[in-house]
Amino acid sequence: MSAPHHIPAAEAIIACEGLSKHFGGIRAFTDVAFQARRGEVTAVIGDNGAGKSTLVRSLVGVHQPDAGDLFFDGQARPFANPDEARKAGIETVHQNLALIDELTVAQNLFLNREIVRRIGPFAFLDRKAMKREARSMLSRLSINVPSINQRVRRLSGGQRQAISICRAVGSGAKLVVMDEPTAALGVQETANVEALIRRLREQSVSVILVSHNFDQVRRLSDQIWVMRAGKMAATVRASETSGNELVALVTGAA
Amino acid sequence: MSTPADNAPAAHSAGAEESRPSLAALLLDPSFWADWASVVGLVGLVIVFGIAQPVFLSVANLQALLLAAAILVVLSIGQTFVIATSGIDLSLAAAVMLGAIILGLVNAAGYGIFIACVLAVLATSAVGFLNGLIITAGKIPDFVVTLGTLSGITGLGLILSGGEPTMVGSTFLLRLASGSFGPFGYPVWVAIAAVIVAHIALYHTRFGVHLLATGGQAESAGALGIRTNRVKIAAYTISGLCAGVAAILLVARIGSAEPQINTSLLLNSVAAVVLGGVSLFGGRASILGPAIGALMLTALVNGLTLLNVSAFYQPLAVGAIVVLAALIMRYQK
Ligand SMILES: Nc1ncnc2c1ncn2[C@@H]1O[C@H](COP(=O)(O)OP(=O)(O)OP(=O)(O)O)[C@@H](O)[C@H]1O
Ligand SMILES: [Mg+2]
Repeated sequence: MSAPHHIPAAEAIIACEGLSKHFGGIRAFTDVAFQARRGEVTAVIGDNGAGKSTLVRSLVGVHQPDAGDLFFDGQARPFANPDEARKAGIETVHQNLALIDELTVAQNLFLNREIVRRIGPFAFLDRKAMKREARSMLSRLSINVPSINQRVRRLSGGQRQAISICRAVGSGAKLVVMDEPTAALGVQETANVEALIRRLREQSVSVILVSHNFDQVRRLSDQIWVMRAGKMAATVRASETSGNELVALVTGAA
Repeated sequence: MSTPADNAPAAHSAGAEESRPSLAALLLDPSFWADWASVVGLVGLVIVFGIAQPVFLSVANLQALLLAAAILVVLSIGQTFVIATSGIDLSLAAAVMLGAIILGLVNAAGYGIFIACVLAVLATSAVGFLNGLIITAGKIPDFVVTLGTLSGITGLGLILSGGEPTMVGSTFLLRLASGSFGPFGYPVWVAIAAVIVAHIALYHTRFGVHLLATGGQAESAGALGIRTNRVKIAAYTISGLCAGVAAILLVARIGSAEPQINTSLLLNSVAAVVLGGVSLFGGRASILGPAIGALMLTALVNGLTLLNVSAFYQPLAVGAIVVLAALIMRYQK
């Protein structure tokens, strides 16, 4: 039941033990122990359907795990909903749940974190401030969109992905979780995202990265966790592994 | 907060980014007509009826038209909030009936008109709240739940009233119905106030953005921490609240509480929302659009009446306009 590599609680930004999540009869994952070290990039790899996204969603309050313990920043903290996780300092780039098509770029960037101006008991949106902030958030990451007043429906897949990453990293989170952030991106955009992840690491922001790209994972991450068929199968230091070993761990040939 | 220098480059780049299409291009673009369907329709009707029957444009008739539109405007606003979440409130007109009956009975029991009005609004808001609660907690389609409450509160209204109308002779309501301030009657001012409050709630509050996000992609909104269930319940409660206000206006207008559902109110509230360019799939909405849509439908009925067209043809005309609007909507951006 103990984690393959047990690390002291103080070093872990987030950790879980015995975590399980079932959907009716479908077991997404069972009895998973997982840790991400503070200030490191922690990768999670595994085949399609291995349970990576569900694990990530269970860590950040989107799903409620059926069993197990969750620790964040040294405290036992099951998040009852994504709002609590965001308030605790976790931002997530979800695989399929990124943006709201009908809202504008600026509205998406500030969704559920809107800037308001209080007048008596009422709070009104400060749209000017949000647009100004949105522009500077996008330009800091050199993300190009035609206009921040445009609905995101008409943006390309890469632009949309860039915006949801921008939202996650632009807010000073302690932990940024990215579920396949470069899956929809071209070569140049992928390089941008990878540079961004390195920059986060330099700023001692902890990152959890779910990816199918083993080269990318070895380039970017410090620790790699391997999921196979709903179980946490192995964990290795990125510096001590090879692409062949990762393939073997993912497929179960090792 | 912001200095002009701060804004200037941003404003400049925004202007350069979104070049304005020429007027001709605009008029040829079907999505322009879709976005402005209710305004175009209203202007078109005013021109046609104004030529065919000059009385239509008389001040007295226009005032009567606005007065007649007030109830539908208020209901369309309620329906807009629900449809923005990709739901639909089929119990809206039944809630108006329930509110009217409760108003009548409480007033007849001697509790005073003020308490009667408050209780009517509370009751209809509770109906809305219950709709939202059952839909979200039970994960049942909006259509089914509100169809159920439509039937349920129809029965409740009949039971409470014994099927008999209740006279409501209140000077307050009489003044509400017939008095005016400036150019408009009080009911028109009530509708205007409702439009303003709803517009601010939709465009200038966090609730408004969360409402559209919930209607757009509920799952994504939830992943960002928006309590989509609460938003949905709030939308239905607002719809119920609007039904209560409409019930007060209705009782004031006809002087009694009738245990009858005006189904055309329900259909027209949905029609006004569609005419107003609000997506039935949720996620995009405005308040002005449906309000103008409601005005347009009322103008249609008013004009046909002035032209001595039989009342039997009016639902046909409304139906034709709504289907036409829905067709135009397909070209919406
Ligand atoms: N909401 C849900 N309801 C039912 N089953 C689900 C749900 N979400 C995930 N699953 C199931 O859980 C399992 C794990 O899915 P998950 O999305 O976590 O895989 P993944 O490792 O992220 O795969 P991929 O690499 O394709 O993104 C799958 O069998 C999937 O069908
Ligand atoms: Mg996944």
